[in-house]
Amino acid sequence: MRKIAIYGKGGIGKSTTTQNTVAALAEMGKNMMVVGCDPKADSTRLLLNGLAQKTVLDTLRTEGEDLDLDDVVKIGFKGTRCVESGGPEPGVGCAGRGIITSINLLEQLGAFDPKYKLDYTFYDVLGDVVCGGFAMPIRDGKAEEIYIVCSGEMMAMYAANNICKGIRKFAEAGTVRLGGLICNSRKVDREAELIVALAEKLGTQMIHFVPRDNMVQRAEINKKTVIDYDATVAQADEYRKLAAAIEKNTMFIVPSPLEISELEALLMEFGIAD
Amino acid sequence: MLLRHTPPGFSERKALTINPAKTCQPIGAMYAALGLHNCMPHSHGSQGCCAYHRSSLTRHYNDPIMGTTSSFSEGSSVFGGQANLLEAFTNIFTLYNPDIIAVNTTCLSEVIGDDLVQIIKKAYEDKKIPVGKFVIHANTPSFTGSHITGYANMAAAMVKYFAKNTGKRNGKITLIPSFIEPSDMTEIKHIASEMGIKYIMYPDTSDVVNSPMDGHFRMYPKGGCPKESVTASGDSEATVALGRLGALPAARLLDTQCKVPVHVVDLPIGITATDRFVDTLRKIGGVGVPESLRQERGQLVDILCDMNQYTYGKKVSMIGDPDVLLSMVQFCKDAGMEVLHVLTGTPPGKVKLEDRVRELYGNKVVVKTGLQCDMFMFHQLVQENRPDLIMGNTYCKYICRDMDIPLLRIGYPIYDRIGQSNVPITGYRGGMHLLLKILSIFMDRQDRDAEEENVELIM
Repeated sequence: MRKIAIYGKGGIGKSTTTQNTVAALAEMGKNMMVVGCDPKADSTRLLLNGLAQKTVLDTLRTEGEDLDLDDVVKIGFKGTRCVESGGPEPGVGCAGRGIITSINLLEQLGAFDPKYKLDYTFYDVLGDVVCGGFAMPIRDGKAEEIYIVCSGEMMAMYAANNICKGIRKFAEAGTVRLGGLICNSRKVDREAELIVALAEKLGTQMIHFVPRDNMVQRAEINKKTVIDYDATVAQADEYRKLAAAIEKNTMFIVPSPLEISELEALLMEFGIAD
Repeated sequence: MLLRHTPPGFSERKALTINPAKTCQPIGAMYAALGLHNCMPHSHGSQGCCAYHRSSLTRHYNDPIMGTTSSFSEGSSVFGGQANLLEAFTNIFTLYNPDIIAVNTTCLSEVIGDDLVQIIKKAYEDKKIPVGKFVIHANTPSFTGSHITGYANMAAAMVKYFAKNTGKRNGKITLIPSFIEPSDMTEIKHIASEMGIKYIMYPDTSDVVNSPMDGHFRMYPKGGCPKESVTASGDSEATVALGRLGALPAARLLDTQCKVPVHVVDLPIGITATDRFVDTLRKIGGVGVPESLRQERGQLVDILCDMNQYTYGKKVSMIGDPDVLLSMVQFCKDAGMEVLHVLTGTPPGKVKLEDRVRELYGNKVVVKTGLQCDMFMFHQLVQENRPDLIMGNTYCKYICRDMDIPLLRIGYPIYDRIGQSNVPITGYRGGMHLLLKILSIFMDRQDRDAEEENVELIM
């Protein structure tokens, strides 16, 4: 089983990209599992067609520790096993601890048992790696590959660079490696070139450039992934290409994060140069 | 009187625990860690945690309990405790020179999410851990489980870090006891030795927390299971887990990690439970039961029979930890006593404490487990249905004083009496000590309470 964590700046499109990619892998016949690690619990909405799912932590709170795996795992698009960690409402409690509790509990309950014959588990992680809890999915023995979703915007690249610092720390002691950057286009000038250059500096690759297409938005309104909504559109093929690239990927590295000045120089070169 | 304000009746509660019948996970983890030879327990958190856990253990065992701390500051809580822990390793190995540091986490380090696996690996890479020295760790957040969970987690950590299967069995049997006194551990070893069993036992706190006074301070007393023995347990023929909650996690891990088959028995307290332990050793060790053990057993049976009139039908209420409680309930059955209440603040998990107690005492006995099973609930229950004897830790003394019911001190902590570290309750000999204590309590009461004309000279 390949265990993959998706990170990236808040609002960059991690959950959307993850679910669309998972749908493409599921379409290829892979056995998939998605673990949403976001208190908003919206990491599996498109795969479950909007089904309001009980989160692990809600179930833990209402039913205690003797909960059943079936209470928290819901089956979505083409048999994808979907779990939402959930967490506290904004401004209270500790969402980071929530992720630790949730993943420990899933392991205890045997959610990753070989009997499910999973080919992939995707961890969809909230925003930046702001504290220890959000790094839980990349601790030793958990996710082994990371993809960072970013765009050509300064703040997205800044976040990607910051996440690389987290990855390097855990890679030093464990098995986690960076698999590449996924560029989720914001139609910034020379965006692909910029991200390729950033990837090179980090020592990784841009694994795919996902163009901006309103089809994603349309599918999302219908609570579906693009492939589920209309398998024939061009954007569906983009996610298939991304899925295939991940499937074939062999480039797993420990990233070398940039100094801020380097990052700014990169932007100057590609963004403001002309 | 302190607890005279506990209202009669039974207050249903959804939240709030009053005077809990359990304590912190790290207390159990530290205690287990002391069961390794030359091991320093280390508390990864703020220094107050460590201070409390050490003082609690010190008061119970009446021996100085060593322990170090990562001493978190405001900064460590924000930036994570890695820097403190790495520095602690250097300091501890330089100043106190243990062979092993056993790190337990605390609520704070758990909430900020310190990854101990990663930090320990880094410590090895950065050469903070001298060659031939070791660091192990257990996750022990106190917001789940209890001191029993912490003990079980640290025992499992010993397996995880040290046990190895070389592919060649060594003919030994691994014994893993639940959270019991050092004297009880000695008694278990005594039984195994008498039967001619070659054993490895860990955690083994005997001769660590009850070491003799000889005028010399030893930071690491002579007891404790050597690391090499824990490693060798991976090659043992079988494991006997004594007490499901405290010992089974380690025993299970030894099975999955090193393919050593597990046998679970209750803690050998009382005749029935000790018989089952002896019988298990007999079967898996392929040995006979020696005359010496038959003699010990016979003596216990003799006293039980002779004095049956003083124990028969006596009503008992008990509060404590699941593994000990379950065996104590069986002991009460052995002695013909009636158990009214069994309470534990430790979540018993999949252990069917209630089912087992009901097998012996039917539907009349009140069994309560989990967070809200506290001293307050216990007090309300014993007010409702008065026992002749309460069994529990030191904190029961207020209830006992309030209600004029005698107390048999058992479990953790016992801050106000001594002896438990040196005089066992396990095995046949321990059963005798236990029975003698109970008899003295009942007979002293009878002498105190009898009408003048009914005072018996010969009892």
